Amino acid sequence: MAERELKRRPAPPREAQEIEAQDAPATSERGEKLKAELDELLDEIDEVLEDNAEEFVRSYVQKGGE
Amino acid sequence: MALPKVYGLETEYGIQAVNVPESNPTTAASLLINAYVSGLPSGVGWDFEDETPGRDARGFQRDGGQAPDVERHLVNTVLTNGARFYVDHAHPEYSTPECSSPRQLVVHDRAGEVVLQRAMVAARRVLPPGQEIVVYKNNSDGKGNSYGCHENYLVERAVPFPLLARVLCTHLVTRQIYTGAGKVGCEEEGAHAPRFEISQRADFFEEEVGLETTLKRPIVNTRDEPHADPQRYRRVHVIAGDANLAEVATFLKAGVTALVLALLEDDALGPHEMYLAEPVRAVHELSHDPTLRTTVELVDGRRLSALEVQWELFDLAHKYAEERGLGVLGSEEEGRALLERWEHVLAGLEADPATLRRELDWVAKHELVDAYCARHGCGLDDPRVAALDLQYHDLRPERSLFARLKMETLIEPGEIEAAVSDPPATTRAYFRGQCLKRFAPAIVAANWDSIVFDVGRDALQRVPMMEPLRGTAAHVGTLFDEVHNPAELLERLSG
Repeated sequence: MAERELKRRPAPPREAQEIEAQDAPATSERGEKLKAELDELLDEIDEVLEDNAEEFVRSYVQKGGE
Repeated sequence: MALPKVYGLETEYGIQAVNVPESNPTTAASLLINAYVSGLPSGVGWDFEDETPGRDARGFQRDGGQAPDVERHLVNTVLTNGARFYVDHAHPEYSTPECSSPRQLVVHDRAGEVVLQRAMVAARRVLPPGQEIVVYKNNSDGKGNSYGCHENYLVERAVPFPLLARVLCTHLVTRQIYTGAGKVGCEEEGAHAPRFEISQRADFFEEEVGLETTLKRPIVNTRDEPHADPQRYRRVHVIAGDANLAEVATFLKAGVTALVLALLEDDALGPHEMYLAEPVRAVHELSHDPTLRTTVELVDGRRLSALEVQWELFDLAHKYAEERGLGVLGSEEEGRALLERWEHVLAGLEADPATLRRELDWVAKHELVDAYCARHGCGLDDPRVAALDLQYHDLRPERSLFARLKMETLIEPGEIEAAVSDPPATTRAYFRGQCLKRFAPAIVAANWDSIVFDVGRDALQRVPMMEPLRGTAAHVGTLFDEVHNPAELLERLSG
């Protein structure tokens, strides 16, 4: 293995197509859809996120385990 | 010959008692588990007879370091699905039953989440209104305290441990690019501004090899407690992993690690010197770079990225699969599915990690954190971002952020539901689970490798189960159909 040429493996064709489709999210239809989904998700998160984030984070203290 | 792999996953959950006065984590965990168990038809305690967590794989019994202690007085129970549900170091812990494939392990890991969810509901019923115990499937409180998610794999005893340790170390350090659960913050020695890290756990590893799990954590743990015939088997106990919510991540975590171990057993790694020069430094540095560009030094002088190391392992595994097949992982079909998924994920990480937003925890969380910061114009040091990070792992369906992400699943809900009460049919967990389902009142205690019965005779009777792949439905399914009581079962087993 030591003398084997090191190079990044090209993605297989099937992968390449998928990735291409997602490569330019700002312009592609799929990109728009993703952005819309993300916006919707962020709306939901704003609703369910713990009310007092600072207090919630401060009080989340665990004992080490294992 | 590589052994057919047997898998297990032990998850310590984070726990928070909300509005419960004078609560401490141990009492909260006990209340949670008792609330669940008391709603079951029967509960059976754990048997500590064969526990030797201080035995070291390097060939000695305790080295004066911190051997894990066994807390015999705390809640500890065995479920009809063959799992162990108990309080460990102030955390509720769920150990899956022994599984015979990575997919089956995902099923039982998910069933464990359902058990914890039901335990939360059961605890709410016994607590006064407004009080609640909440569990989180994560590994860090963001303040320097970590709790584990440990994996177990059955390996041929004949594999020399030093070789196993070096190969495993290389894999564990580099696999985090798909097994990481993501974290905002930094818990490394010394003060750093919060940043996005790939792994919840990487910051906590300080040694390359050792027995400890709570102090000076080693990347390769040497606990040598096979819970099976010690002449033939080793149980490789992996402590360097994150608890995953993404099914794809759990599938890869278990499947690829088992495959790497099979390659070791079959000497299929070739004259390979792919060992990391400084694994502790590497595990930290790789976790701190979500761009995946960081390279780490190997003992042969090369510098490779985690992706390049994983591609090399993939190539070896691919060759192995062509030559010998992948039945060792559970079935040929599942082995192929694993190999394909591994390739797909490495290719995706290479092209653009964001393409794996529905498959990997750290990628999903990273996107969420970035989008949240962009919307609210805040930085990673904002408490709302820390809250978002924690709440990703909240197991309450109505609060979980993970549950809102519509991540890719591998398992149908019905199969997970069945695994809440039914054991895997393909390991000794089947025997354990069936005994508990049918004859719980006659069972005094059970553990991984034996069950103790009291059938009203003078002495208690212990049934040993030293072979993890015996006691399956194929072996004893008919027997259970034929016997009517535990005494009859014991007679048939000894006859």
